[in-house]
Amino acid sequence: MSEGEEQTAGGYNFAYLDEQTKRMIRRAILKAVAIPGYQVPFASREMPLPFGWGTGGIQVTASIIGPNDRLKVIDQGADDTTNAVSIRQFFAKTAGVATTDRTSHASIVQTRHRIPETPLREDQIIVYQVPIPEPMRWLEQREAETRRMHALADYGPMYVRLYEDIAQFGRVTTAYDYPVMVNGRYLMRPSPIPKFDNPKMNMSAALQLFGAGREKRIYAVPPYTSVKSLDFTDHPFTIERWDNSCAICGANDSFLDEVITDDRGSRLFVCSDTDYCRQRRAVKAAE
Amino acid sequence: MYVAVKGGERAIAAAHQLLAEARRGKTEVPELTLAQIEEQLALAVDRVMTEGSVYDRELAARAIKQARGDLIEAIFLLRAYRTTLPRLAVSLPIDTGAASLKRRISATFKDLPGGQLLGPTFDYTHRLIDFGLTADGGSVTPSPPSAPEPSEAMPRVSGLLGEEGLIEPNPAGEAEPGDLTREPLEFPADRALRLQNLARGDEGFLLALGYSTQRGYARNHPFAGEIRIGEVEIEIMPAELGFPVVIGEITVSECEMVNQFKGSATAPPQFTRGYGLAFGECERKAIAMALVDRALRAKELGEEVIAPAQDQEFVLSQSDNVEASGFVQHLKLPHYVDFQAELNLIRRLRTRATEADAAE
Repeated sequence: MSEGEEQTAGGYNFAYLDEQTKRMIRRAILKAVAIPGYQVPFASREMPLPFGWGTGGIQVTASIIGPNDRLKVIDQGADDTTNAVSIRQFFAKTAGVATTDRTSHASIVQTRHRIPETPLREDQIIVYQVPIPEPMRWLEQREAETRRMHALADYGPMYVRLYEDIAQFGRVTTAYDYPVMVNGRYLMRPSPIPKFDNPKMNMSAALQLFGAGREKRIYAVPPYTSVKSLDFTDHPFTIERWDNSCAICGANDSFLDEVITDDRGSRLFVCSDTDYCRQRRAVKAAE
Repeated sequence: MYVAVKGGERAIAAAHQLLAEARRGKTEVPELTLAQIEEQLALAVDRVMTEGSVYDRELAARAIKQARGDLIEAIFLLRAYRTTLPRLAVSLPIDTGAASLKRRISATFKDLPGGQLLGPTFDYTHRLIDFGLTADGGSVTPSPPSAPEPSEAMPRVSGLLGEEGLIEPNPAGEAEPGDLTREPLEFPADRALRLQNLARGDEGFLLALGYSTQRGYARNHPFAGEIRIGEVEIEIMPAELGFPVVIGEITVSECEMVNQFKGSATAPPQFTRGYGLAFGECERKAIAMALVDRALRAKELGEEVIAPAQDQEFVLSQSDNVEASGFVQHLKLPHYVDFQAELNLIRRLRTRATEADAAE
């Protein structure tokens, strides 16, 4: 589509949102980038997809995408999950942008629940869909109070929670959405990615943007920013391991989905990141 | 098998096709027209306009048709459309005192200037299924046109009480209220923003919360001082003109609740107010809204906050059915990755527990 920002689909503006709304969201993004990990309130709009389906990520993507971008959308690591298909079609229709399922070909990756296995580059932006942005929400229900706690960096209750886990179970019993400290200042929820993906956020070359539509918050981790998963010196943060490797490509370094193959308990494990799995098979086939 | 798990694109296309067919239903049954919905399902249209925050009967009827009669889905459609519209102007406050009323009742005075006007209400019908109400048997003989009564002034009940100082005065309006569709809601929210939130809030949610105040969870001794349904003019004041211009008329339902208040060290005993307003005929919503509005004023009136209906973060963050419906139903979306992470964790915890048992 060569008409650029003037392009409309079915009477809607380029990428659905009107330009005033995009400007408001871009301002929130700029503030978020300037204060890594800080949750910036923004006037989230209703989108034609339901809340909980990624409206925050969609609004962020709609505000940063241009006609020359190439968009990849994944859900659970895969491009072909229904919600990823639906969001990709939404942008193909409303913005007319090129889409891809290759991580390395994308300029913007919108994701739900995973970070691609392929390391991201400086010229890429990853947009996370966030259901609950507040890392301390389960400890304190009141927004006024959690904002105060962030202002004072009063993160003791979170460490107490982790300590109680260790005292009771011998380990931290948070497997996904594992809290991180950003740039040594703000406690942040990484969105419900498995903690397996947490280390990929640290010093990432790509800009990481987080959008929570229903909760009306945007936050960000600029490139090359420290992102540390909370832990204790005698109980360092660890990521999950599998005793298996991918049944299709043989990878033993990627996050594996468990697939049940019959009603007698047989199962196999395959890469959750379908692009990564395909790349490995392509390399193997070439060898 | 693995390939079959991931057939997203074709599955969506097929689902949309099935949905289109299901929406239409049997083709031998005539298709609903928008005019039929607008005229004969008018209260559904009113609710969708109110919670969708758009006053447009034809658009609401279209949304109801597209949503197969699922009103929350229709509200969602309307909201998603509304959000793309520019905000061109802020109207002047509407004057329900000058409304052309089709209904006006007060539960506090048997008779009052202007009288009680029932209008088209279900209130005193017997809820007996009308088996005569089929497509051909439901014809209604129009009532003979009555001679227009001399329009008698209908002063507000709250105004009558106000003359004696028995009810708190309405707070002086601020220059321009905030707009929660343009600025994110921050806590604590002022009353104007709270009322905006309640006005588009889910009727069922407000009904239950209002009901809870009547059942002892922050009881506020309400009386329906006045309920009005009528048409009001919408006026804007273009800066370049300097005088108001009427841009249209809308129907609204308004409830002014009169509530008890003991008084305090600084204020003598005086009735207090709760307020509800909705588009079209949404009387139940307006009454419930007024109860919740009054409950949310607890702090301002020096009352102890003990119940959910008084807790603004609880009420305002949970009132929106488009948000709630989305997040509740997002549980349908895949969570394979998180679940896998939990599976791994629970297996390791179980291994540890077994080892600990074995060691004992």
